[in-house]
Amino acid sequence: MNYSMIFYLIGWTLNAMAGFMTLPLFVSLYYGESSYLYFIPVIAVSLVLGISLVHKKPKNTVFYAREGFTSVALIWIVLSIVGSLPFIISGEIPHFVDAVFETASGFTTTGSSILVNVEKMSRGMQFWRSFTHWIGGMGVLVLLLAIVPLVGGHNFQLMKAESPGPAVSKFVPKIKKSAAILYAIYIAMTVIQIILLVIFKMPVFDAVVTAFGSAGTGGFGIKVDSMASYSWQIQLITGIFMMLFGVNFTVYYLILTKKFRQAFGSEELRVYILIIALSTLAITFDAGEYFNGFGETLNHAFFQVSSIITTTGFATFDFNVWPTFSKSIIVLLMFIGASAGSTGGGLKVSRIIILTKSVYRELQRTLRPRSVKKVRFDKKPITDDTVRSVGVYLAAYFLVFSLSVLVLSLDNFDFTTSFTATAATINNIGPGLEVVGPAGGFSEFSDLSKIMMIFNMLAGRLEFYPIFSLFYLPFKR
Amino acid sequence: MNIIIVGCGKVGSTIAEQLQIENHDVTVVDIDEEVVNELTYKLDIMGVVGNGTSNTVLQEAGISDADIVIAVTEMDEMNLLCCLIAKKTSNCNTVARVRNPIYSNETEFLKKELGISMIINPELAASQEVSRLLSLPSVIEISTFANGKIEILKLKVEKNSVLCGMTLIKMRKAIPGNVLICAVEREDEALIPTGDFIIEAEDYIYIIASKKDSQLFLSSLGLFTDKVKDTIIIGGGGLAYYLATDLLYLGLDVKIIEIDRERCEELSELLPKASIIHGDGIDESLLLEEGLTTASSLVALTNLDEENIMLSLYAKKISGEKIKTVTKINKITFDEVISSLNLGSVVVPKNIMTEHILQYVRALENSYGSNVETMYRLVNGKVEALEFNVNEDSEVVDIPLKSLNIKKNILISCINRKGKIITPGGDDAIHRGDTVIVVTTESGLSDLSEILD
Repeated sequence: MNYSMIFYLIGWTLNAMAGFMTLPLFVSLYYGESSYLYFIPVIAVSLVLGISLVHKKPKNTVFYAREGFTSVALIWIVLSIVGSLPFIISGEIPHFVDAVFETASGFTTTGSSILVNVEKMSRGMQFWRSFTHWIGGMGVLVLLLAIVPLVGGHNFQLMKAESPGPAVSKFVPKIKKSAAILYAIYIAMTVIQIILLVIFKMPVFDAVVTAFGSAGTGGFGIKVDSMASYSWQIQLITGIFMMLFGVNFTVYYLILTKKFRQAFGSEELRVYILIIALSTLAITFDAGEYFNGFGETLNHAFFQVSSIITTTGFATFDFNVWPTFSKSIIVLLMFIGASAGSTGGGLKVSRIIILTKSVYRELQRTLRPRSVKKVRFDKKPITDDTVRSVGVYLAAYFLVFSLSVLVLSLDNFDFTTSFTATAATINNIGPGLEVVGPAGGFSEFSDLSKIMMIFNMLAGRLEFYPIFSLFYLPFKR
Repeated sequence: MNIIIVGCGKVGSTIAEQLQIENHDVTVVDIDEEVVNELTYKLDIMGVVGNGTSNTVLQEAGISDADIVIAVTEMDEMNLLCCLIAKKTSNCNTVARVRNPIYSNETEFLKKELGISMIINPELAASQEVSRLLSLPSVIEISTFANGKIEILKLKVEKNSVLCGMTLIKMRKAIPGNVLICAVEREDEALIPTGDFIIEAEDYIYIIASKKDSQLFLSSLGLFTDKVKDTIIIGGGGLAYYLATDLLYLGLDVKIIEIDRERCEELSELLPKASIIHGDGIDESLLLEEGLTTASSLVALTNLDEENIMLSLYAKKISGEKIKTVTKINKITFDEVISSLNLGSVVVPKNIMTEHILQYVRALENSYGSNVETMYRLVNGKVEALEFNVNEDSEVVDIPLKSLNIKKNILISCINRKGKIITPGGDDAIHRGDTVIVVTTESGLSDLSEILD
């Protein structure tokens, strides 16, 4: 294990953190708040530690899969802890576990909150809380890959470990350029959303944090009722942008390079849009009684569907009161999740497609034992190895899921609460149903449950194996 | 530059690795998913799985923006077709590996009619290298610069050599031939010597000089400068055929030992002047019967690296070190071990091929600005010898070398001024239009101005 290289990367992460925190610092200065005082010591300490770790580049830069996975896991844990310090020092979230929960929820773009009244928070802290979504959405390491001078090809391990989806691909041969393009698209889309929201009369601060929340598919709001009190145009724009951020970014790159046929031919994109359309329609017809007229129902149904499938977790309506059919759709969407290579979480549409197809193949094999059939995806046959790894991924997913449901049930809430709280954290969504519904929160859970959910969020965001590697590697040589 | 490499075999992956180090955007294409995955896992390059002769696959690999397409799959026809398609779709430069003698005899036609920029035959290229090594039997390794005008030769300093105990300054006075020792390998260590460096026995020295000067130097050391008189080639593959043709033309006695009867018949048809022996090349009694003890050279070209290594070791032993041996190594990568064995000269066809293709890529790139023309790795990759084109004025131009603050472990070893070869002293200066050869233990120099501290 090349520890010096891992520490070097952690050093760069701390430097990046210091850089990130200057933004909320200026925000709180702009609003004339005292909260900027709490960012300064954290920035200073991160910088000192960070610079001392990176000032000498390790001699041995060899980097294998195990270093990649371990450093990604460690970096995300460092992010969650360092990022929580301003909340603790300022006393706005005094309890350590709560603060780490909130920050992990931010970086993993979950959006589950332990805050009872977010509106009481200072602007600087609100901004920082939402900004963590934006950072975590595309990933810190992807950003580091774009700016930090690392040599060697093994860096791809890092991107692989941090990016969601069964198969990770680069746009261009150089990873540095790939990462830069990814961030350029990300920034451009965020800025467009902010501008559109401001045009439709959303206050600038609200527009920026809402854009951060939808870009990272996070879902921290700055109002107790999330997005309910904004105009329908603002809700529609946010709904559409959440959907866009749940699309594989490769599609945007293909559009930018004018390869339209390849872009729109993506099987995952088509299924993703189909699922959104069908779910929206089903809910529109099922939950019509809660709204005035078809148009309003459609808008709310679309917003909720888009918010849940992309694992954002904004809400314009407390869907906890909806009929069971609509609620069931919402819960199923939680599991499906967004597209691979997007900022969203969940199982990912591509995995669902591959799983469904492999079930079909298995059926065919059982009934006609001599038939040979390859699972195809995007019109190309995929290897049995990929099919296998998707199946095993599902197994890992449900192992963690079961453990979490068990741990959370110790708090003795109703079953729906424990179940959906697990689903909401492991899929990086935010709200669940009942106690943890859009109108509720996670504050009532015990510390043990909160720690379990922090684990869920990190494991879900990094797709399990990096976090698992922390438990595996120290015991194996 | 954007470079697409079709075929990720030995050569394809070596080229991909080097081009990636030289900061090009590399995309590899291969039909075998596993090979592509392994390579993209190791290097910072992009991989596409598919048939490189398919336009769709080439499009996916980004053919429309490609500057060069290098086709190095196992099959000649595929390589040619791939280059043809690439040329038609994007008008880029194309390089094809073509191995079959039928095609390589028609290289010029293929280049012209199919628009392929470079056709390279790995066995032909390797045979040229072997032939050169046989023409200078006392030399272990030859690297050429400036279209063959300048050479770096690797020599072993024997115990009884006059060089032992000499400093470099003394050597330059005592021994005729305007040569410079640019690198020394001493017990696995690479050294860039200065004037007061003392040569010891068992050192391997790398001398740089023009062809004429190195001949003079070698002969004044009492080393063989005549080419060998006869050779035994073990293994009668394509490389052996090209080599034999070349050597027979130069008037050597050539004996080929080949295990396959049919191939023997074929060779005897192709090479009427050579003696073809049907038999197992690693049969000791056969080798002795065919006069190994009196032969002046042996070239081990079987398909098994281990066999070739054993053959050379055996030949050295049995002849009491008098024989010149050349060992072909295809696959084995333990450079340190190989160089510690007494194998004589070693040729690695994939490396020769890679050098050729890289030189082509670099030359092409020079027309775009950067300026490394040729690069060789010496002493197991610990030393690099780079040839720079001085196209424009920079901080190093027109200033006497002694006034330049040059980094440690960098030696300006040769200046080629319009064909005139200068071994530079402190008062010489680099001018515009020169090509300069720099020898260094530092890796990754890409511009001449980087030699300054």
